[in-house]
Amino acid sequence: MRLLPLLEDTVKGAVWDCRMCGQCVLHSTGWTCPMTCPKTLRNGPCGGVREDGHCEVKPEMRCIWTKAEKRSHHALNPGFWGKHFAELRPPVDNQLHGTASWANLFSGRDHEHPDGWTGLTHDDEPVAPWPGLGEIDDVMALDDGFHVRNAIA
Amino acid sequence: MSTFRELVETRSRPLVTAEFPAIDGGDLGTIQAKLDPILPYVDAINATDNPAAHAHASNTAIAIALKTLGADPIMQVVCRDKNRLAQQADVVGAALFGVTNVCALTGDDVTAGDEPQARRVFDLDGPQLIKVIDGLREGRYLSGRKLDPPPDLFVGAVENPFAPPQHYRVERARIKSDAGARFLQLQIGYEPDRLEDFVRGCVENGVAARTALIPSICLTKSAKALDFMHDKVPGIVIPEPLRARVKSAADVPEESYQVALELARHALTVPGVAGIHVTDFRHDGSLARLVTDLGLRGASAAA
Repeated sequence: MRLLPLLEDTVKGAVWDCRMCGQCVLHSTGWTCPMTCPKTLRNGPCGGVREDGHCEVKPEMRCIWTKAEKRSHHALNPGFWGKHFAELRPPVDNQLHGTASWANLFSGRDHEHPDGWTGLTHDDEPVAPWPGLGEIDDVMALDDGFHVRNAIA
Repeated sequence: MSTFRELVETRSRPLVTAEFPAIDGGDLGTIQAKLDPILPYVDAINATDNPAAHAHASNTAIAIALKTLGADPIMQVVCRDKNRLAQQADVVGAALFGVTNVCALTGDDVTAGDEPQARRVFDLDGPQLIKVIDGLREGRYLSGRKLDPPPDLFVGAVENPFAPPQHYRVERARIKSDAGARFLQLQIGYEPDRLEDFVRGCVENGVAARTALIPSICLTKSAKALDFMHDKVPGIVIPEPLRARVKSAADVPEESYQVALELARHALTVPGVAGIHVTDFRHDGSLARLVTDLGLRGASAAA
């Protein structure tokens, strides 16, 4: 699997200045990589876009979102991609950085989002990091093998 | 319910919000002294979050202090300095003290400030942050873990109607409204026609009805201040004739005030505008004068 990220980085890095976020959204941004925005914004331009359409942070660079907006609505960009432009893209999953988005797309891993994002609430999610330990009243009552089995490496 | 929230929901009269000055030291007395001249004229006060990427007393601390001193704070949260864990913790923590109005911003870049060497975070972006905070309101962290009881949050955001791509700003307001923003405080602007276009678009797509649009008015007293904003603040454009008018005036501070008054008067006549937000760089009582000249009465003054 090391080969695939390398291949993806080589191809997409050269064409789109890909940053290997591992959760590619190029199809929805008019083939403009949002990770090249200095603020890595995934959902449109910030309020600092200059009057000439250039970047607040790098005045020599055109705002990637003014480009993305134009390109996604361009006649050559198919409507089934263009219509995704105004969707709210979820927060970046930083665990995927450096992995191949091609593999993550194929496995569906890039569409796994935190439950809270999709509106799910855990009713009985335990609060303590090691919930089992919170229920032990008398540590001396533990059986002989407990500490070995539960050792924190 | 706070007056601010009630006004956003009922639109029974134009509301007034203002920016609280940045605080760099002192105690609650310091806050009180800065609050006294503002409080009677506004419905809510923004506690900023390291404005223009300069470190100051924190958004959370100032918001809690304002609440303690009887004001209705709007706690701004930017994406530049903290990741999603810290942002959620700040909002949930401040809510324990009754700070319930929260305003989500992307935030200026670190290079706009006096510590450009800092690491920029932007773990979430502005629209994502709105949705995450709205999730807290519904009783869950981003992870899905339950908050019990859920904080009674009132979520808002900002938008810049004046920056390119302008036609897209209306759509962006829609995205933010859909993500959970019940009010949008708009960037300072000096082009009334652009404001009208934006607000008209938001009326047409239904955003203005469910999300209060609050244009910002900036109180300045010198031609230099206008030049500075025009030259140095990305996203703010001040037309040359307007700057020339202030520059050549016999009484520059008075002319500066008149410009702000005209912009505020205009903003309040645009159908779909819910009130104004005032950024005061004068600190000479002009905020009180503006609110009075506009015939608006802040919550405390009306009480």
